[in-house]
Amino acid sequence: MRVVIAEDLALLRDGLIRLLEAFGFEVVEAVDNGPSLLRALTAHRPDVAVVDVRLPPTFTDEGLAAALAARREVPGLPVLVLSQHVERLYARELLTDGSGGIGYLLKDRVSDVGQFVDAVRRVAAGGTALDPDVVAQLLTRRAREEPLQMLTPREREVLGLMAEGRSNAAIASALFVTDKAIGKHTNNIFAKLGLPVSEDDNRRVLAVLAYLGV
Amino acid sequence: MVGLAPLPRAPGPPQNGGVTEFLAKTVRRAWTVGVRGLVQAVLSQAACIPLFVVTVVSIALLPVGAGLFLLPAAVLATRALADRQRAWAAEWSGVDVPSPYRPLPPAGSPFRRVAAMLRDPATWRDLLWTLLNVPVGLLLGLLPAALVVYGVEGVAVAPWIGHVATFGWGPFWMLDDWGIVGSVGSIALGALLVVLGAALGEGILKGHALFNRSLLAPTRGALAARVRELTATRADAVDASAAELRRIERDLHDGAQARLVALSMHIGLAEELMKRDPDAARGLLAEARAASGQALTELRDLVRGIHPPVLAERGLDGGVRALALTLPIPVDVRIGLRGRTDAPVESAAYFAVAEMLANVVKHSGARRAWVQIEQDPDRLVLLVGDDGAGGADPAQGGGMRGIERRLAAFDGTMAVTSPPGGPTVVTMELPCASSSPRTSPSSGTG
Repeated sequence: MRVVIAEDLALLRDGLIRLLEAFGFEVVEAVDNGPSLLRALTAHRPDVAVVDVRLPPTFTDEGLAAALAARREVPGLPVLVLSQHVERLYARELLTDGSGGIGYLLKDRVSDVGQFVDAVRRVAAGGTALDPDVVAQLLTRRAREEPLQMLTPREREVLGLMAEGRSNAAIASALFVTDKAIGKHTNNIFAKLGLPVSEDDNRRVLAVLAYLGV
Repeated sequence: MVGLAPLPRAPGPPQNGGVTEFLAKTVRRAWTVGVRGLVQAVLSQAACIPLFVVTVVSIALLPVGAGLFLLPAAVLATRALADRQRAWAAEWSGVDVPSPYRPLPPAGSPFRRVAAMLRDPATWRDLLWTLLNVPVGLLLGLLPAALVVYGVEGVAVAPWIGHVATFGWGPFWMLDDWGIVGSVGSIALGALLVVLGAALGEGILKGHALFNRSLLAPTRGALAARVRELTATRADAVDASAAELRRIERDLHDGAQARLVALSMHIGLAEELMKRDPDAARGLLAEARAASGQALTELRDLVRGIHPPVLAERGLDGGVRALALTLPIPVDVRIGLRGRTDAPVESAAYFAVAEMLANVVKHSGARRAWVQIEQDPDRLVLLVGDDGAGGADPAQGGGMRGIERRLAAFDGTMAVTSPPGGPTVVTMELPCASSSPRTSPSSGTG
């Protein structure tokens, strides 16, 4: 799987390269600034890009802007955005085109290597990987509202993991229960929130996020 | 003259252009001086008299209440005229007249606004100026204008119609008695007056500017009061930043720093145990990772409190929008900015809005809130409102008082209207020099 990496701190960039190569990814280019990132993304059209939000030369949201620009040129180009802080505002901008293949995680999450690599693969496959912090913000916002009040605590937990973009199998193993139990929970959740049931994982995630109003 | 390089000349015939140039210059000067003098003379009557009368009447009407609404308008109109005079003094005569006004609380509570106006000595000096300028402005404005107009009449009008109609006054106007001599004399004398007007006019107008300065510039007392005020707000700002640094130090010391120590201990232990007890080592490493996660979370919260990253990345606009999205109630955000403001102002404005929204969530019980931010060329206006219970009082200390102090360091002001039962609206104003539409602060890393 071909990856482009954008990270301006050499230490972290080398760490990411080593980590991804250890898991069988091929790092086709690693850049350290916004303009090079945009060029690399449109030139290589990688299977997935791992991008830091803040990059030179402006040290603002250069990486995010380059990723969004690249996705306008190459629709659906899978991008996993990393940052020291997560903002619902940025999540909304990333997810707004509704074509999937988006990840948005805190840099800390890299320390859980298994989960991180799983997220990269999920994004590469056109799925979603949304940071638990963003999901928590979404859930607090709607917590006082009727439909969410009707969910059991377990169902709310499952809803959160769904919003992060995880599959039933992944949710089941995270909560130490069977796939079947999770299937029951998700059906209940979709019924209570009045969402159309979909077998397609990706569409399910996007429906949940749309409901939560990213 | 010998040995001096010739001075650069304006384009035109170099030698015999001297007379024409002098004439053109005199006419231009006479025209400018005449018009300016006339404007001053007219304003001294048409503007100063009504302003003085209306201001005095509104002060007299204060006890009845009507003055509360009339006075701010009269005072602001007077200030507008005075500001015009200050600009003219600099532009026409090179006389620098600084503006003496103290910052006014934002519109909202008419009582506080009127009280602030009445407490400002500059208001009273303005009033005195509107009175004294009635004769002074008339005299000093009319003098250059009259010299020019009278002179022009002597050159261009009187000699040519003098034999047709007889004017009643002036040395020119008995021209039919003097014949050709009279006409020539009239032209000569008229020309002299125009030249005189052109030559003396600027001086006379400068005299008027100096008179204006004597009343419209800040007095020593006002400057001393300003120094006291700045000393106080500076002390507040220094105290606040020292307290902030202490808080940051404590948070780092007890938080992230301690966790990093624990982290390295765990890793060291795991290293020791690697061979003897791999399971225990794995457990320690998992704990180490958890500790690093907590340390990062604490650092992130700390950074947010110092300078939110999204504010650095997106400015006030994006910062406030991102903030609104994190709150548990819907917040309607409307922002009209002209590019980015200076970083300190941006930060003060952000934290002011953040504090007010935090108050809304904590105390008001509101179901909705809204934020509106507008930018004039020289100030930022921030409004935060909610549909909650009302009864907010900045005098009770706490966050609002802190924000008021923080704004004061920028000459910013705050007004709260919060009747019992709501709604609450907090209006904050921050003076800001509108900087270039800059999008790239040059510090910080990812």
